[in-house]
Amino acid sequence: MQALYAQLLVGLINGSFYALLSLGLAVIFGMLNIINFAHGALYMMGAFTAYFLLNLFGIGYWWALLIAPIVVGIFGMILERTMLQWLAGLDHLYGLLLTFGIALIVQGVFQNYFGSSGLPYAIPDELKGGMNLGFMFLPIYRGWVVVFSLVVCLATWFLIEKTRLGAYLRAATENPTLVRAFGINVPRMITLTYGLGVGLAALAGVLSAPINQVRPLMGADLIIVVFAVVVIGGMGSIMGSIITGFALGVIEGLTKYFYPEASNTVVFVLMVLVLLIKPTGLTGRAA
Amino acid sequence: MSALTDDTLPASPRAMRDEMIVFVAMAVLLAIVPATGIYPFFVMQALCFALLACAFNLLIGFGGLLSFGHAMFLGSAGYFTAHAVKEWGVSPEIGIIIGTAGAAVLGVITGYVSIRRQGIYFSMITLALSQLLYFIYLQAPFTHGEDGIQGIPQGKMFWVLDLSKPTILYYVVLVGFLAGFLLIFRTINSPFGEVLKSIRENEQRAISLGYKTDQYKLMAFILSGTIAGFAGSLKVFVAQNASLTDVHWTMSGEIVLMTLVGGLGTIFGPVVGAFIIIAMQQYLAGFGQWVLVIQGVIFVACVLTFRRGLVGEIGHYFRRSL
Repeated sequence: MQALYAQLLVGLINGSFYALLSLGLAVIFGMLNIINFAHGALYMMGAFTAYFLLNLFGIGYWWALLIAPIVVGIFGMILERTMLQWLAGLDHLYGLLLTFGIALIVQGVFQNYFGSSGLPYAIPDELKGGMNLGFMFLPIYRGWVVVFSLVVCLATWFLIEKTRLGAYLRAATENPTLVRAFGINVPRMITLTYGLGVGLAALAGVLSAPINQVRPLMGADLIIVVFAVVVIGGMGSIMGSIITGFALGVIEGLTKYFYPEASNTVVFVLMVLVLLIKPTGLTGRAA
Repeated sequence: MSALTDDTLPASPRAMRDEMIVFVAMAVLLAIVPATGIYPFFVMQALCFALLACAFNLLIGFGGLLSFGHAMFLGSAGYFTAHAVKEWGVSPEIGIIIGTAGAAVLGVITGYVSIRRQGIYFSMITLALSQLLYFIYLQAPFTHGEDGIQGIPQGKMFWVLDLSKPTILYYVVLVGFLAGFLLIFRTINSPFGEVLKSIRENEQRAISLGYKTDQYKLMAFILSGTIAGFAGSLKVFVAQNASLTDVHWTMSGEIVLMTLVGGLGTIFGPVVGAFIIIAMQQYLAGFGQWVLVIQGVIFVACVLTFRRGLVGEIGHYFRRSL
């Protein structure tokens, strides 16, 4: 049973990353109509920013949690202003191709300087060690990642669904022209939305740095799994993305315990099943 | 919203004539390659990728479906052919048939799943499916995992064509390429191809006219996958190995890049694009990871400034359909 709980915890952690990344993808898709292929690369940049902050400037984990999303978010906003905005009105597929190119560039540059091996990033002192819960041993850092990701996801949900800013955002998603007529600067909102989505990816990167090491290709394979998560959950609902992300992580963890050979493929197989049974995805709205 | 290939000219007798002239010129140029002293291995490899890119282009350029997983056909057919030739000892033509048929079956299955969603979702689904296959091949015993299938015997095709002789192999690959190319060319200009174009332009209207668009898309997907698989089977005899690189998503990206550089939705664009990208990889092989960065830069540059691609721009300038 110990091993089962351990795998469940690993599943929840992976689920946190799926949730944070698919949430960002959904937010970006809503405003920009672009599937951000660079999301995995930006997640990796978040982890590397934390690494640089620690090793070049001596700035630790807690500040990195704040600074890395902002730095990578600003990088994302520059990308949006200089490139992505020129794609408005073109077929969605161009956005996919452009961001794929950006991902290749970013990953290639990092691979050149850091190779393919992982760089270690230490767990902060405050979160070292573990707790004995009676039925299992819980490393504190892992518990922290799950709880913190959940809080960030719910905060994002609250921001978009319950606040005035979120209302503007949702309105601009439905009808940007009308929202502009009310005097709201929609292009600026689009830029900020992209920054927000990218910031979430970078945050996930910082969270994963002590667990998975910092590698140039850490986001490359992850993003494909997240695409499958997005296909399963649909991008229509924020809460749907969060729940699907965590749920798939847990299912993956269970598979690792019961049938480890399939743990790489289970999310893709589930995607096929969902497409066969309910082609619009679990949360409904067809794109 | 402007479609990917919004300025393709309508089919006309003149367009057909132009295209036939270019086709004959291309066939003649390729046929004299062995006499020129150009390294035939490079041209053979480029021809396989050119056919692959043409098959991909059939989907995106004429059906509006961007498959981000076409490497799965290349790699799967390669594995099937390689296994049949090496382990079962069948002759090359049987090996090619096995590989191509395998890709066709794969096309039926993956097509049935992926055409259930349109646009951007279709791309994500094909990418995820190819990643699924990648992991299956990584673990399946017959692919030999990371090592791949090495040292595949080239054998004698139809008992007489000794494929270990570069010149004979070259002409076999060339004939295979031209046959595949003509099949795609014929499909595009058939009534079936016209319906595909109408789906690309406006799927709802095609449905309202009574076309079962899902069946057309599935047929196009299977055809494209089969031809891509055929290219993969041919490539086995050129490279003499089958490995995981051919199933990886980076390969799918390269196929997209070749077609984008040459021109999405043009007839000859994918061929030109494949030659450019393969040549680039040959000359830049010493730069290691920078090749990926350069590919990324080309992607970005093409999407931002050069969306018609090389052949598309030329055709647009001369107002010809190429």
